[in-house]
Amino acid sequence: MMIALVLALVVIASVAFHLLSPWWWTPIASNWDYIDNTLIITFWITGVVFAAVVLFMAYCVFRFRHQEGRKADFNPENKRLEIWLTVATALGVAAMLLPGLFVWKQFVTVPDTATEVEVVGQQWSWSFRLPGQDGRLGTSDPQWMNLDNPLGVNPHDPTGTDDVIVEGGELYLPVNRPVKMSLRSIDVLHNFYVPEFRAKMDMVPGMVTFFWFEPTRTGEFEVLCAELCGTGHGFMRGYVQVVEQEEYDEWLQEQLTFAEYANAVPVEDQPTRLAERY
Amino acid sequence: MNIILAFLAVLVAIIGWWLSRQRLFSKPWLETGVPPMIAEASPVAPQKLGLGVFLAVIGGLFAMLGSAFVLQIDATPWQLVPLPRLVWINTGVLLSSSLFLQFAVTAAKQGEAQLLNWSLAAGALSTLAFLVGQITAWNMLTTSGYVLAGAPAASFFYLITGLHGLHILGGLVAMGAVWLRLARQPEPREAQAAVALCALYWHALLLIWILLLALFTGWGNEFLALCRSVLR
Amino acid sequence: MGDIRHEANAELPPLEVPDVMPPHAHGWWAKYVFSQDAKYIAVQYACTALAIGLVALVLSWLMRLQLGFPGVFDFITPEAYYQFITMHGMIMVIYLLTAIFLGGFGNYLIPLMVGARDMVFPFVNMLSYWIYLLAVLVLVASFFVPGGPTGAGWTLYPPQAILSGTPGGQQAGIVLMLVSLILFIIGFTMGGLNYVVTVLQARTRGMTMMRLPLTIWGIFTATVMALLAFPALFVACVMMLFDRLLGTSFFMPMLVEMGEKLSYGGGSPIAFQHLFWFFGHPEVYIVALPAFGIVSDLIAVHARKNIFGYRMMVWAIVIIGALSFVVWAHHMYVSGMHPWFGYFFATTTLIIAVPTAIKVYNWVLTLWRGDIHLTLPMLFALAFIVTFVNGGLTGLFLGNVVVDVPLSDTMFVVAHFHMVMGVAPIMVIFGAIYHWYPKITGRMLNEAMGQVHFWVTFLGAYAIFFPMHYVGLVGVPRRYYELGEPAFISTPVGGLNAFISVAALIVGAAQILFLFNLGWSLRHGRDAGSNPWRATSLEWQTPDTPPRHGNWGESLPLVYRWAYDYSVPGAAEDFIAQNDPVTPEPPGGRL
Repeated sequence: MMIALVLALVVIASVAFHLLSPWWWTPIASNWDYIDNTLIITFWITGVVFAAVVLFMAYCVFRFRHQEGRKADFNPENKRLEIWLTVATALGVAAMLLPGLFVWKQFVTVPDTATEVEVVGQQWSWSFRLPGQDGRLGTSDPQWMNLDNPLGVNPHDPTGTDDVIVEGGELYLPVNRPVKMSLRSIDVLHNFYVPEFRAKMDMVPGMVTFFWFEPTRTGEFEVLCAELCGTGHGFMRGYVQVVEQEEYDEWLQEQLTFAEYANAVPVEDQPTRLAERY
Repeated sequence: MNIILAFLAVLVAIIGWWLSRQRLFSKPWLETGVPPMIAEASPVAPQKLGLGVFLAVIGGLFAMLGSAFVLQIDATPWQLVPLPRLVWINTGVLLSSSLFLQFAVTAAKQGEAQLLNWSLAAGALSTLAFLVGQITAWNMLTTSGYVLAGAPAASFFYLITGLHGLHILGGLVAMGAVWLRLARQPEPREAQAAVALCALYWHALLLIWILLLALFTGWGNEFLALCRSVLR
Repeated sequence: MGDIRHEANAELPPLEVPDVMPPHAHGWWAKYVFSQDAKYIAVQYACTALAIGLVALVLSWLMRLQLGFPGVFDFITPEAYYQFITMHGMIMVIYLLTAIFLGGFGNYLIPLMVGARDMVFPFVNMLSYWIYLLAVLVLVASFFVPGGPTGAGWTLYPPQAILSGTPGGQQAGIVLMLVSLILFIIGFTMGGLNYVVTVLQARTRGMTMMRLPLTIWGIFTATVMALLAFPALFVACVMMLFDRLLGTSFFMPMLVEMGEKLSYGGGSPIAFQHLFWFFGHPEVYIVALPAFGIVSDLIAVHARKNIFGYRMMVWAIVIIGALSFVVWAHHMYVSGMHPWFGYFFATTTLIIAVPTAIKVYNWVLTLWRGDIHLTLPMLFALAFIVTFVNGGLTGLFLGNVVVDVPLSDTMFVVAHFHMVMGVAPIMVIFGAIYHWYPKITGRMLNEAMGQVHFWVTFLGAYAIFFPMHYVGLVGVPRRYYELGEPAFISTPVGGLNAFISVAALIVGAAQILFLFNLGWSLRHGRDAGSNPWRATSLEWQTPDTPPRHGNWGESLPLVYRWAYDYSVPGAAEDFIAQNDPVTPEPPGGRL
C-alpha cells in the first residue's frame, strides 16, 4: 500500500528535482551544442520511460495487492505484446543512437582550417606548445627531454625551432577559430577537461591523442584533469583564456620560441616540478 | 583483440549448438511429467566435462595473452625474438610426451599394466625434458641479449612460455596423483578414465604450444595484419 | 490440459550422475570448517563477503566525509582518500558482489534448485572458498603494510598504478592488490567449474533446462561469462606485476616521472585498458545476471504468479551474456583509442538495452493481475526495479558515444554505476537473504527490523545517487579529493554533497541493523516451517529444514513441471510444487 504511494512519489520527486533544482550544466562556450542537444533528447526519452515504468508498477502494486480471496491470473506470455514492446524499445534506442553517431562523426572529423595546439600533461601541471611562423608543430619524443627542453621537442627537426613553448602558464586561444588540441603526456594518464567546452580526451604517454572544438565566447575557463593521475590529481588545474584575435596576437608575441627558450628563461622562474627538483 | 574474439566465437558456436538441443522454444508450462532428459545423448562423465570447461578457460587465458601480444605489435615498433633452435627440439619432445600419453590410454584400455606404467613414465620424463629444455632456451635467449626486462616482444616470450610451462607442471602434479593411485590399486582399466583426462590435457597444451609458436615466429602475422586492417 | 504430458513413472530416464550420497564428514573441523558441503561453503562465502563488504562500507563513509565536509577531517589526506576509493570499489565489485552472488547464492541454490545432492566436485569447491579467503586476507594485509593499500583507483590504470605519484605504487600496496586478484581468480575458477558442471550434469530426473528457475539460468550464465572474462583480468594482473617487480614494459612506454627518465619503454597503457575492460564489462553482467534471475523468482513467488514470458527471459539472459563481450570499449570512449571504435561500441552497447528492457517489462508485467504480497523480499524486488531502471537508463547516456564525452569521468558516471550495479544488485541480495534465510536457518528474519532496514536503505540510497547525477552534470569530475569552488559552477554543489554524505551515513548505519538482525533472528526468529512462502521450486521441498547433508534424504526428487506453477486454474492451492505429480484439470484448459 505505502510502497505504491512511495513509488509514485519517487517519480514525482525525481521529475521535480530535474525541473526545479538549480543544478544544471554550465553554459557552453564551444561549438558542441550538438552534444547538449543529443543529451536533451536522451533526457526526454529516458525520463518518459522511467516515469512510465515506475508509475505502471506503482499502479499494479496498488491495484493487485493481496486481499482476501484474490487469485492471480495464469498468464505465461503474450507474444504480440512482447513483440510490440521490443519494437518500441528498439525505436526509442535508435532515436538516441542515430543523432549520437551523427554528432560523433563531426566530433572526430577535424576541419582543415583548425590550428593545432599541443597540450602536454605531467604530474601535476599543464604545458602548451603552439606552432610558430611555419604553422606546424615539430616532432617530439620523451628521449629529447631535459631541463632546457621540458617538452621533448626534437632538436633536429627544423619545423620545431619556431614552436612557441608555454610552460605551466595559461593558454590563450582566439575566439571563433577552430582548434585541434593535440594531447600528450610525459608520465601518466591525464585528461584535458574544460567543462564549458564539453569535449575532453585522455592524454596517454607514448601516444598523441586529439579532439577539436571552436571557442564561441571570450572569457577565462578553468582546465581540470579528468583522469586519475596520482595524489595531486585534484589539484592539477590550469586556465584557458579565450580572447579576441588582436589580444591573442599580442600575447603570442610575448611568448618564447623553442629556439629562444633554453637560453632565455632563468631556471628559478620555471614554475614546474621539473625545475623544483634541480 | 582479434584472437580472443575468434576464440570466443568458437565457444559461442559450441554453446549455441548445445543450446539448440535444450528446446529453448518449447513452452514449459504446457508440459508435465518426467521427460527423458536429453533424447539421445550418452552422458559425458562429469570429470571429463569439468576438464573440458577448464580447457576452455585455459584457452581463453592464452587467447587473451595472444591478443595482448598483437595489441603491442600495433602500439610499438616491433621486433620479434629470434627463437633458438632448441625451441623446435622442445616442440618435438612435447609432441612425443603427448604420444606417450596416448599409448598409455590404449594400454589402460587393454588392461596392460606394464605398458601403462612404462608409457606414463616415458610421458612424464619427456615432459620434464621439455621443461628443462625450455629453461635452457630461456638462458640462451638471455645470454644473447633478449632479457626479460628488455623489449616487450622478449618479455612476452618469457611470460607466455612461462605460463604455459606452469600449466604443464600442474599437469605433471595431476599425473603424479593418478600414478600414486595406480601404484596402490594396480588395475589399469580402473585408471583408464583418469589417464584419458591426462592425455586430453596434454594434447590441448600441445595444441596451444603450436599456436603460440605461430605467434612468436610471425607465421600468423600476415593473417593478423589482414585482420588488423579490418578491425584495427 | 497441457500439450505434452509425460506419463508419470512410465519409464524414468537415467541420471547423468549416479545418485550417491556424498561422504559424510567426520569430526567438527571437517563438518563446519573444512566442509565440503556446498551449503556450508555458501554460508562461509557469504559471511566472508559481508565482512569484507563492511570494511568497504566504512571506507565509503570516510570518503563521503571528505566530499561532504572538505577540510574538516584532517586525517583524510589526499593519499588516504585515493586509497579509500580504490579499496572501496575493488572490494565491492569483486570481493563482495561477485563472491556473494556466485560463491554464496550459487553454492547454496544450485544443488538445491536443480535437485542434486551436492556440487559435482566437493573437494575443489572447498578449495575454492579457502583460496578466496586467502585472497581477502592478502587484500586486508595491504592496509597494514608500509605505504598502505594502493590508491590507483579500482581500474588500476598504468602507468600511475605502479609509479611513486600514487599511494602504494612503489610500495607493497599495488603488489598485494594484484596478488590478491590473481588468487581470487584462481579460487573463482575452481568454484565456477563446479557450478557449470553441476548445472549441466547433476540435474535430477525431469529437470530440463527449460524447467530451471531463472535464478539458476542467471547464475549459470554469469558463471560461464566469468570463466571466460576473468582470464583477461588475470593476464592484466600478471603483466602489471611483471612491470612492477621485474622491470618489463608491457604497459609502460618511455616516460619521465618528476623530471627523471625511467627505464621503461615500448609498452602501451591502452593495452591494459583493453584487457581490464574486456573483463570489466562482462563483470557488470556477472553481477547483474544472477540478480536478474533471483529477482524474477522473488517477484513470481511473492506475486503468486508465473514469471511473465519465461522463454523471453531465458533468451534475454543468454543474449545479454553473449553481447556483453563485445561492448567493453564503451568504457574507453575518451581513452584516445581509434575513433572508429566509437561507432561500433556505441551501437553494440545500445543494442544490449533492448533485451535488458524486455526483462524489465516482464518483471513489471508479472505484477499485472497478480496477487501481490508485500513481503520484505517483494519490497526489495520493487526497489530493485526502480533503481535498476534508473541506472539502466542513465547507461543510455554513457553508452551513446558522443553524449559520454562531456559526462565521462564526472560524478554522473559514479552515480550511474552505483545505481545500476551497486544499489540495484544489493537490493536483490537483501531480498534474497530475506527470502532464503528461513531455508538456511529454519527461522524467519525479524519483520520490524527488516521494514526499517528496507525503507532507510531504499529511500536513502535513492537520495544518495539520484542527486549525484546532477553533481556530475554540473561538471564535477570524479576522484577529486577537493574541488573547491571553480568558476564553472554557478550554484555551489557543497550543500548537495553534504546532504549526500549524511544520507550515506544513515544508509550505512541501517546495514548494521541488518547484520544485527541476521544474528538476532538465528536464535529469536519465528519458526519458519519448511515452505513459508509457499513456493514451487525444489529447494523448498527438502525433507528437512535446514536441509541436511545430501539434501534429499532417501531418494532424489522427480520433477514434473516448470518452476512457475502459481495460481494454476483448477488447482486447490495457489502453487504446485515442481515435484508434485498431480496436475489439476482446469475447466477451460491451460492456455
